Amino acid sequence: MTIEAIQEEIIDEFAMFDDWMQRYEYMIELGKSLPLIETQYKTDDNIIKGCQSRVWVHAELNNGKLVFTADSDAIITKGIIAILIRAFSNQRPQDIIEADTDFIDEIGLKEHLSPTRANGLVSMVKQLKLYAIAYQTQLN
Amino acid sequence: MLDVTKIRADFPILDREVNGKPLVYLDNAATSQTPKHVIDVIVDYYQRLNANIHRGVHTLSQEATDAYEQARLKVQKHFNIAKAHEVILTSGTTHSINLVANGFSSLLGKGDELLVSAMEHHSNIVPWQMLCERTGAILKVIPMNIDGELVMEAFDQLLSERTKLVFCNHVSNALGTINPIKEIIAKAHEVGAAVLVDGAQAAPHIQADLQALDVDFYTISAHKVCGPTGVGMLYGKEAWLKKLPPYQGGGEMIAEVTFDKATYAELPHKFEAGTPNICGGIAFGAALDYMNQIGFDAIATYEHGLLEYATQELLKIGGLKIYGTAVEKTAVISFNIEGIHPYDIGTILDKLGIAVRTGHHCAQPIMDFYQIPGTVRASFSFYNTKEEVDVLVAGVARAKNMLL
Repeated sequence: MTIEAIQEEIIDEFAMFDDWMQRYEYMIELGKSLPLIETQYKTDDNIIKGCQSRVWVHAELNNGKLVFTADSDAIITKGIIAILIRAFSNQRPQDIIEADTDFIDEIGLKEHLSPTRANGLVSMVKQLKLYAIAYQTQLN
Repeated sequence: MLDVTKIRADFPILDREVNGKPLVYLDNAATSQTPKHVIDVIVDYYQRLNANIHRGVHTLSQEATDAYEQARLKVQKHFNIAKAHEVILTSGTTHSINLVANGFSSLLGKGDELLVSAMEHHSNIVPWQMLCERTGAILKVIPMNIDGELVMEAFDQLLSERTKLVFCNHVSNALGTINPIKEIIAKAHEVGAAVLVDGAQAAPHIQADLQALDVDFYTISAHKVCGPTGVGMLYGKEAWLKKLPPYQGGGEMIAEVTFDKATYAELPHKFEAGTPNICGGIAFGAALDYMNQIGFDAIATYEHGLLEYATQELLKIGGLKIYGTAVEKTAVISFNIEGIHPYDIGTILDKLGIAVRTGHHCAQPIMDFYQIPGTVRASFSFYNTKEEVDVLVAGVARAKNMLL
């Protein structure tokens, strides 16, 4: 599936929820089901700055596609990462670089998150894109 | 007895909704809300009084100067300070502490020791670390126990003739502990050390008598006592303020300037370079008036009731642990629920209209001590109610159900 198609799918899923509580409960569920990052990658180097909770992201190239794994010590943050990983993991670096991130607004995440959290979200997206740029350079 | 319904009517912001719910503001240790009385003073200043102060011959400047200097006198009176020029109006506690730390640069050297309490806010740690880097002095830590109380026996042992400065907060922002500053000051003075007390968190709850305390420096921020941000006080004993060099150069702080040399103004202006926060200073005075009109005894009694009730109700939630269980504490409750990150709780509470603070509260050493990433902190003011405590407790219980 393309990044765009996955994002559409996520938007549709979130459209089913009537209120914030269902939305958060869903994110918490996603957080709990996030495949964990391997312990060896939970290093200080892999921590994303700008989040109040600790967030680790690891990226590796697999058959020309970038695979992300991540973890956080806060469950709602993990839910947000799970959504981002679903949208961006297992995609070609160039596609990740070019991908639009408006879906975050559309699923009501940005407006419903506190400013520091929103910053964390922005930092996470930025970090995923930076990984993509780094690996794209490597591929070139 | 304090009439909380009447008091709440003084605070327009308490009527607003957040995320569709009535605001329950429990982040008072970060900043207090502003009563109409103070907002009116701010509006009136810009509508009727705005002019640059000191040295102006015109009427507006005179009136603004009078109002600003009147505010200094209110601060002086409130803290029972001997002389008005011992009140330096700063931009707040952080500015006040940096001013003193900078001043000691030329007074310290290798081998000198500074003692800092284990429960300080970063703003009462970092300026001293910077001072140590400049001077070669050494920073030593007065430890605390598991309840969040300073270990006074350890303090006694750390004190020596090498000790030049001791700094400690009057009340801990992260734990609410009220520190035994009178004892700390007396003991530090016995070895000839000066003491700076960060009163930022005490000021909303305790009216400190600075002459009785015999403290050398005391700092507060106006926005913790129902005043505006960007203004605060540094109290310093006259002898110390005369000894310390100016912090910033500029207008206001000079007596005469030629290109060869400048001579400095008398206290307090020596430390008040540039145009000050005039409106803020005047509003600071008005905020102290407002709080004094309610009365600090009534405030302390009322807030203690809230603290006891909130502590009792929160502890009914399984897995909830309170950090900071000192015998003497203000209405601050720092807590976590086992297995849940404080940030998650804070996020859910925000959705319910409840404002609390999460994180390390700019006191990372305390979090390291308890080996936790942070806490959820609910901090109460005299305008909070028991009903709001109930909303908080229900909110925390709901967050726990969602998150576990």
